[in-house]
Amino acid sequence: MYSAIVFLPLLGAILAGIIALRGSYSAAMVGAPKESFADAHDDHAHGHHGHDDHGHDDHGHDDHGHDGHGHHAAAPGSRPAELITTGLLLVSAVLSWVAFLTIGSPEGETVRVKVLPWVASGTLSFDWALRIDTLTAMMLVVVTSVSSLVHVYSIGYMSHDEHRPRFFAYLSLFTFAMLMLVTSDNLFQMFFGWEGVGLASYLLIGFWFKRPAANAAAIKAFVVNRVGDFGFALGIFAIFVMFGSVDFDTIFANTGSVAGQTIHFLSWDLDALTVICILLFIGAMGKSAQFLLHTWLPDAMEGPTPVSALIHAATMVTAGVFMVARMSPLFELAPTALTVVTFFGATTAFFAATVGLVQNDIKRVIAYSTCSQLGYMFVALGVGAYGAGVFHLFTHAFFKALLFLGAGSVIHAVSGEQDMRKMGGLRKKIPVTYWTMMIGTLALTGFPLTAGYYSKDAIIESAFVGHNAFSGYAFFMVVAAALMTSFYSWRLVFMTFHGKPRASEEVMSHVHESPPVMTIPLYVLSIGALFAGIVFSNWFIGEGYNEFWKGALFTGPDNHILHEMHGVPALVKYSPFIMMVIGLLLAYYFYIRSPETPKRLAAEHPLLYRFLLNKWYFDELYDFLFVRPAKWLGRFLWKKGDGWLIDGFGPDGISARVVDVTNRVVRLQSGYVYHYAFAMLIGVAALVTWMMFAG
Amino acid sequence: MTDWPILSTVTFLPTVGALLILLVRGDDAAARRNVYWIALWTTIVTFLVSLLIWIDFDNTSAGFQFVERTDWLGGKISYSMGVDGISMLFVILTTFLMPICIVASKYSVKKRFAEYMVAFLILETLMIGVFCATDLLLFYVFFEGGLIPMFLIIGIWGGTRRVYAAFKFFLYTLLGSVLMLLAIMAMYIQAGTTDIPTLLQFQFPASMQTWLWIAFFASFAVKMPMWPVHTWLPDAHVEAPTAGSVILAGVLLKMGGYGFLRFSLPMFPLASADFAPFIYTLSVIAIIYTSLVALMQQDMKKLIAYSSVAHMGYVTMGIFAMNPQGVEGAIFQMLSHGIVSGALFLCVGVIYDRMHTREIAAYGGLVNRMPFYAFAFLVFTMANVGLPGTSGFVGEFLVLIGVFRANTWVAAFATTGVILSASYALWLYRKVIFGALDKASLKSIFDLSRREVAILVPLVVLTIFFGVYPMPVFNVTGQAVDNLITNYQAALSAAGKLALAAQ
Repeated sequence: MYSAIVFLPLLGAILAGIIALRGSYSAAMVGAPKESFADAHDDHAHGHHGHDDHGHDDHGHDDHGHDGHGHHAAAPGSRPAELITTGLLLVSAVLSWVAFLTIGSPEGETVRVKVLPWVASGTLSFDWALRIDTLTAMMLVVVTSVSSLVHVYSIGYMSHDEHRPRFFAYLSLFTFAMLMLVTSDNLFQMFFGWEGVGLASYLLIGFWFKRPAANAAAIKAFVVNRVGDFGFALGIFAIFVMFGSVDFDTIFANTGSVAGQTIHFLSWDLDALTVICILLFIGAMGKSAQFLLHTWLPDAMEGPTPVSALIHAATMVTAGVFMVARMSPLFELAPTALTVVTFFGATTAFFAATVGLVQNDIKRVIAYSTCSQLGYMFVALGVGAYGAGVFHLFTHAFFKALLFLGAGSVIHAVSGEQDMRKMGGLRKKIPVTYWTMMIGTLALTGFPLTAGYYSKDAIIESAFVGHNAFSGYAFFMVVAAALMTSFYSWRLVFMTFHGKPRASEEVMSHVHESPPVMTIPLYVLSIGALFAGIVFSNWFIGEGYNEFWKGALFTGPDNHILHEMHGVPALVKYSPFIMMVIGLLLAYYFYIRSPETPKRLAAEHPLLYRFLLNKWYFDELYDFLFVRPAKWLGRFLWKKGDGWLIDGFGPDGISARVVDVTNRVVRLQSGYVYHYAFAMLIGVAALVTWMMFAG
Repeated sequence: MTDWPILSTVTFLPTVGALLILLVRGDDAAARRNVYWIALWTTIVTFLVSLLIWIDFDNTSAGFQFVERTDWLGGKISYSMGVDGISMLFVILTTFLMPICIVASKYSVKKRFAEYMVAFLILETLMIGVFCATDLLLFYVFFEGGLIPMFLIIGIWGGTRRVYAAFKFFLYTLLGSVLMLLAIMAMYIQAGTTDIPTLLQFQFPASMQTWLWIAFFASFAVKMPMWPVHTWLPDAHVEAPTAGSVILAGVLLKMGGYGFLRFSLPMFPLASADFAPFIYTLSVIAIIYTSLVALMQQDMKKLIAYSSVAHMGYVTMGIFAMNPQGVEGAIFQMLSHGIVSGALFLCVGVIYDRMHTREIAAYGGLVNRMPFYAFAFLVFTMANVGLPGTSGFVGEFLVLIGVFRANTWVAAFATTGVILSASYALWLYRKVIFGALDKASLKSIFDLSRREVAILVPLVVLTIFFGVYPMPVFNVTGQAVDNLITNYQAALSAAGKLALAAQ
């Protein structure tokens, strides 16, 4: 069953990939000439006379322009590709829930499935293997549920796209990689999944490959993630050196003996676990878009919206959180590293929220919101409340996917427009989208009894009672971020759905509710956004904690944070709610009552406004610090290093000297006899002189 | 194992094919067809026969297998052949790449077709000979002999600056080899034999090791190529015909690494330990320096050539890390690079054959017209980047682990290569493959022909197969590498220097 969960999406990806490749290849080879030797035909390469005759595709339901794309013939086999991938994923999702309920139940045990040996070299060996404990099972549910809903949604959303088989192949490939990541039983397999989701993310961000912005965003995502992977890789190496193994079971069994040891890293002898955990966390920062390595996430919104929902909200970006939670037996013994995690999480939560306040692109607002919420999760992990962090991961997956898919539905309705300044007044026209997004917003802002309320509250309380040096800082940051979260979320709702329509007449006349294939996933996710908290909070962070996790999340003997959380002052307990209300009122005032106020404020504080609008100028800063110097250095080393220095003084220089010498010799050979005679005389004279003195 | 001299058979089969080609008269289409099929069948049969070596290979033995020995040059020097776990797979790699090269050259070579094929077949003999020879002088003959056909291939069938590139290639490599020849003579005088298995047991005095090591290093460093003697490679690649680049990147570059493993480490262990920091330095410079340079290239082949230098930097540092992960990773990296960089050059060749330019700026949006090509190119690009699940990952990460155990500074610098390689490789992919298809000259370009599919698909399959299941390679190399390291450490501890060997 566990193998089926993981490998069914791979099967779907391969089948859809074959359909996509076959279809596009035969289309591309129509009329291709035969290859031949210049004047004879003997080749076996017959031109591939493909026709677009596999098309069983009935066109989508509505015929409005969509995401700025014109109308093209759909790729052959689009419908089979959709049905295969979506069907397999639905099966996988059902099995995942079965697995979750089996393993999460008090009698559940960690399951290990060995698939294939991978590498054995000296003492290093690791396999392809699945290891499913409660943490993994929970991730299986998140990944396959959201992924299957996104598959279903995409059937509608992408119905006008000419490359649907390719899109679904990528989606399923992503899902497979993500499942490999969460089921890994060793660090290398985790790294495989880690990079695999990176590849899928790269392909999906750049899905509309004709757009330069999409291509640039795709590369940026991959390269910035690689910066994080640099740390992750070194962390894996350090673990191998200290533990002699990369298997989780071996590592976790030996944390006690490694704790307190030092590792000679670079030029210093440092506490081994601290070094390892910080290096691993650098990897997590890249994947989870934490402060300093966050710049790729907003740009990743160039991808189709279902991709943003699946990859850049619900699953891939939470891989960093998952990794830290998975490695909790190590982090728990490295308090310094946890402090670092807290600091970056808190800073991200605050920073991203400030930027989210002023963005006008509907998807970017949600992207910064994601970034900020990921910061929340790291705060919880950093103060040792792993359950709270993972719980927020779980609930966030539902309501953030809901918000993104809702945003996609809005974009779908207004003919591909993403700028909220050109929306407004859509409430009546697309009621299903409106109400489901409303549910998502309530959950995100932490309205009581919704999913976000339970997890977010837990994080804020745990930050309050946390013991490390930055937990106080983190508390203020996340409370401030809660206010901003509420503000920008309601701002989004008001700008999009309320007020007077700001779109053109023509666009407004086309506005329409999405087809059921898109709204059903919204309904399902709404259920998750409403009830995931109340149903599961007891298991994740409450009384059922131990029976549910069964040690999958490790907490040290001195870590009582989940108990201490219950003793916080009432003001702390209600702070998220208070912040939510203030944010709601502010947004209401700014965008419903007095729409002039935000403009006036922006005009009065141009520096601050532009600072936020330009995302704290991180892109410009990195361009200046890294991109330009690297290019300059590359050109310098090429032209000056290789060209001038090595070649100039090496082969070219030497050959030039040789040519000089021969030229000079040639010049001496003038052809006049008396020149030769003169040279000979000098030679004879020299010889005689030498013999005289030598003799 | 049989008594049948299988190594000599594999080595000299291509020569037989070359002789057959010489019998074909004329240069019309029929003659070209005959030449092509002779060359193709020769290389295919050679490949199939060479597979027998792998099938019969005894994984549990660390020594040379399939040994052949005949007296030569008056008995002092013998013609002796044999393969062990280090060399065997390079033989297979060579025989595997050759049929692909022949097919790739089918239409792109316009002049002197028969001579071209003869040069390739002779080159194959010499390359296989390098990996099979177990006599130092025989090795040298094959090693140097390989220069001549490659020199001709670049110089005759190359691009516009082919003469410059050919001479640069020739002089660079020759200069290194002269020193190696001197060292070989010195070794013969000292040890009284050129038999490699005997020399592996012989202990050279420490002071002599240093000089011998430097002399061999001069030759192998140029072949690798290591920074700063790498500048011949971009020029040679740019000017060489496609198949020439494939062989150059796929096999010839591996001779340097093979040489280090066969001679420098086991025969001069003390010097190797002393020089390891020096090698680390050069390797790290190579990785960072050439990756940065690759970032700025405008010629596709040059970019891939520079990335080859960077990847070879991993190989050298892995070899001198002297632990199982480093050495096996280096061997794996060489094999993987043979497949992947060869495939990348084939990919460049595919569009060069259509458009006759390698300028990156001349392309863009190829995915619109060439989806299959875009797919294959993506797989190889990702393998070049070292994505897990492709063969590029396994070698690179094993090397990095090995180096991390030896020296964390080196590992930290070398790991920046994962960022830089992603930058230049994806940039290339974006410029060539992605984007809108605006350029008029590209509007009528066609996707891969069946012939091109037939040569790229096996490479795609192997790239992914060895990324997912590399065990067949480790099974072969494991014993030999263990033996190599054990002997190395024994030599060091005998000299009281074990502290140096990070273990």
